[in-house]
Amino acid sequence: MTQAIVASPALQALWSIILGAIGGVACAILGCFLVLRRLSMLGDAISHGVLPGIAVAVLLTGHLSGPGIILGAMAFGVVTALMSQLLTSVARVTEDASLGVVFTSLFAVGVVMISVLLPHRDLDPGCVLFGDFTNAVLRTITWAGLEVPRAVPNLVLTLGLTVGFVVLLWKELKISTFDAGLAAALGFSVTLLHYLFVALVAACTVAAFESLGSILVLAMLVVPPATAHLLTDRLATMVAWAAALAASAAALGYLLASRWVFDCNVGGMIATVAGGQFALALAAAPRHGLLARQARNWRLALRMAREEILGSLYRAAESGQASAAVVVRSHSLPRWLVRLAHWQLRRRGAIEPRGGDQWRLTAVGRAEAEALVRAHRLWEAFLERHFDLPLDHLHAPAAALEHFIGPQLQSELAAELQTPPVDPHGRRIP
Amino acid sequence: MNGVLDYNARLVLAGVSLLGASAGAIGCFAVLRRRALTGDALAHAALPGLCLAFLLWGERHLPVLLGGAACSGVAGIGVIGGLRRYTRIKEDAAIAIVLSVFTGLGTVLLSLIRQRPGGSRAGLDSFIFGKTAGMTWEDLQWIAALAGATLLVVGLAYKELKLVAFDPAFARVQGWPAFTIDFVLMLLIVVAIVIGLPAAGVLLMAALLVIPGAAARFWTDRLDRMLLAAALIGLVSGGVGAGLTIVWVKVPTGPAIILTAASIFLISLLLAPRRGVVAQRLRRRCAWQILPPPECEP
Repeated sequence: MTQAIVASPALQALWSIILGAIGGVACAILGCFLVLRRLSMLGDAISHGVLPGIAVAVLLTGHLSGPGIILGAMAFGVVTALMSQLLTSVARVTEDASLGVVFTSLFAVGVVMISVLLPHRDLDPGCVLFGDFTNAVLRTITWAGLEVPRAVPNLVLTLGLTVGFVVLLWKELKISTFDAGLAAALGFSVTLLHYLFVALVAACTVAAFESLGSILVLAMLVVPPATAHLLTDRLATMVAWAAALAASAAALGYLLASRWVFDCNVGGMIATVAGGQFALALAAAPRHGLLARQARNWRLALRMAREEILGSLYRAAESGQASAAVVVRSHSLPRWLVRLAHWQLRRRGAIEPRGGDQWRLTAVGRAEAEALVRAHRLWEAFLERHFDLPLDHLHAPAAALEHFIGPQLQSELAAELQTPPVDPHGRRIP
Repeated sequence: MNGVLDYNARLVLAGVSLLGASAGAIGCFAVLRRRALTGDALAHAALPGLCLAFLLWGERHLPVLLGGAACSGVAGIGVIGGLRRYTRIKEDAAIAIVLSVFTGLGTVLLSLIRQRPGGSRAGLDSFIFGKTAGMTWEDLQWIAALAGATLLVVGLAYKELKLVAFDPAFARVQGWPAFTIDFVLMLLIVVAIVIGLPAAGVLLMAALLVIPGAAARFWTDRLDRMLLAAALIGLVSGGVGAGLTIVWVKVPTGPAIILTAASIFLISLLLAPRRGVVAQRLRRRCAWQILPPPECEP
């Protein structure tokens, strides 16, 4: 019973994933608020700054687990945030520099304490920075009648604290994240909430550091929340996404790093997987992804190209020509886009070919073009009435805006101008 | 430990002092451009490039490793800039993402290298934690070259760097290639980090880029004096920190240097003549004596 985990690779794998997932989820939940409040680097600073707290706790309690190091880390997490805050407010050091000064100094203090006072403990800067999954799983204790890795009680404790904190103070956290001024005006202490939050981040950092290490704690604090931020605009959804992403990164990262695939450092692979998730979301997120945005731009450009074509054919017909040439160059649209627009219009039956590169409007196309030209000319009339622009300055703004003046705005413009029969150039408004 | 220091100790003292001086001077620009933490991120971001260079080259060849490190540092700058410019990710999150993901990738590569024959002897770990005490003559030459190059670039482009450090918008309006100058600045920071990494490690480099510059800011409002002061503070921190650990062997060199720099920062913070906290408090009291505070109670 006692050495079951040491003997069984499957159990080791299971517990590694559980360790990574609990730590990652706790970090990712809190990380959402770090990312939204633009305090990501405070997470980095805290994850380094807690080292003296860990050293003090190990010095006092004599071991590297239990609530002692959580308390020590919370204290030094708050010290990190408080000191950099003081440097900014009292000594007017810029925020980034004060964070940089405080966390490197505190980390150095921690390293010196460890190397002078605790030279023979299994605690070295390498382990603090990068963690050690393999050994973290093997160091077990009996907890609630079960043999578990010794990091588990602390991880469960911090995950419980985190979830409790976020659920109980959801409303307050939300308001102070998005509108700190309103939060202060509503009368609850934004400062107290901030330092509670900082203490919890520190607790998560230290609960997870034995397996993940402080660099990978930062990865879990920032990367899944940033990925979630690309996927949604709602806070609750974002927190859920971040937790799910962190847990899946832990599982996938462990499997990829296991001896069955790459056989490499587990924590590093988890961070890499989290980075991969981020890159994927960056490319393919439904609203904020780069592909979606590019597609949106092209759709808009295509619609404008179609409308330009309809408009120029309408004007050509109006001035007596029966047709017009293909290329619309007015908006410097790429040629393939213009061809695609022609093809779409033709498929819809809005235009028909008339030999060579010449086209003409069908009845369907004529109706669409009329709406467009009406928007253009109404806007010119409106500009002329209210803005006192010279006649030759009216066309350009109207040409840009005609694509965005829908039926509703058209009727409002017509009412405002008492349905003028002609535009300022004397052309008929359809 | 009295008498003549041995060759190695003199090498370490000279190396870290020179490194402190050049990193301190370059760090001034990072501090003024509010990029102190970008330096930290870049120091971490150098890791995967370093490992890739080792994997591709097949053996430990310092210039190749440093080239790889510089490439991934520049890639890190690019990713931070791109995320900030083209997505809804804010700068702080972009820096943290680059820092943690690049480091994670670097750790993966490092563990793969360790498994290869001869991989554990590559000594790539030292790029993370530094091996200040084991500094070699080659390291010292690189550091001296860095100091020279820094002096040259800062000397040649002083006016441009100054302009961009204080008011990039104005520089752009005046028709300067602000982006290019900014990039040169970041490149300078990357080069400083990369050269310092083998000897100093990630954390000491991050500290040397921030603390001397931030401390020097208290003493003066002029850039030329700030650069000098930061170089001096870096030099003294490196020398004193390394010296302390020669006397007091148990303390690792990197943290000792950081703590020396932090002490100088603290002294500057308190005692600097105009911007120091004590001077500010005194000035405020004097102001109240000339103009007594309004009575609150009737």
